[in-house]
Amino acid sequence: MIAAVGLVVGVVVGVLLHPEVPVALQPYLPIAVVAALDAVFGGLRAVLDGIFDDRVFVVSFASNAVVAALIVYLGDQLGVGSQLSTGVVVVLGVRIFSNVAAIRRHLFNA
Amino acid sequence: MSAGEPRANPWRRLWRAAGPRATRGQLLAGVLCAALGFGVVVQVRQTNVSGLADLRESDLVRILDDTTDRGDRLAGEVQDLETTRRELTEGSDQAQAAAAAASARAQQYGVLAGTLPAHGPGVVATVTDPSGALRSTNFIQLVQELRDSGAEAIQIGSTRVVAQTAFTDGSGGVLVDGRLERSPYVVSVIGDPSTLATAMDIPGGVRETLRSAGADLAVARAPGEDGVRVTALHAVSAPQYARPASPRP
Repeated sequence: MIAAVGLVVGVVVGVLLHPEVPVALQPYLPIAVVAALDAVFGGLRAVLDGIFDDRVFVVSFASNAVVAALIVYLGDQLGVGSQLSTGVVVVLGVRIFSNVAAIRRHLFNA
Repeated sequence: MSAGEPRANPWRRLWRAAGPRATRGQLLAGVLCAALGFGVVVQVRQTNVSGLADLRESDLVRILDDTTDRGDRLAGEVQDLETTRRELTEGSDQAQAAAAAASARAQQYGVLAGTLPAHGPGVVATVTDPSGALRSTNFIQLVQELRDSGAEAIQIGSTRVVAQTAFTDGSGGVLVDGRLERSPYVVSVIGDPSTLATAMDIPGGVRETLRSAGADLAVARAPGEDGVRVTALHAVSAPQYARPASPRP
């Protein structure tokens, strides 16, 4: 519940403040957001599996976002930034899909 | 989960997890979800407003290449269109000049062929023949003399004299192109007035011939631009056999 409230609060704050993203962060924010989404769905699945642990959630959330951004940053430095960010998005997308599939099986038995 | 578990179980578990409890985990999850929502909104806005600023170097290079290619294509198109425009304007100029030249030529030919009225300096010769002694040969001589002295348009009575004009003897006058003209014959001639008038007075010429035949010739000079008006027209029939031929190379 608090998580949902937090999500809404974040959206509202973002809408009200509409801050500028620093230029240096601009290539990495979308990847970090996708990675965080993956962490959130993973957490939801853990709740349904009954193995949710707040420490694991926080660490996975932060590490997902940071590692994804780091990978893309490294790719930019190596000159394969766009390909590597595509790869990261594909991997995270697959993980999100599998997490959502597990959640669906829990909730709907289907 | 096993197959025998009741179906409501995961929902209950979800509901229990969603229950507002001020545990540290719930608060952290809330904060992180707030960060996620914030990040999503910011990124969505950024994507909507972003121009080229947040693109990678390789993307920028690709866009620059695309833009350069497009610019080159458009420049080529501009060149083609300008060439077409130049051709069209020049073509219309040439067509206009050709039309003007053709119309001027048509007017010259019209005057020569007798299909257009003409005016200009010249003489009006009046031949009076009270006894009706003149023959067609006298008029042929008169016209011949006028042409020799540079007449450009000739009209006898109400008939235009052109290359094909025929003179025939008629009763009480002379048939000019089949039309009967009677004395006094008014001959309107456009040309140099003094040359024409002098030509009439050549010894042994037209005037003497007419006088010996019993007729009289009076020549009035009209030197002005509007001096003589030749208004009779010659009806040109399309040639039945002759066709225009292009000159041999």
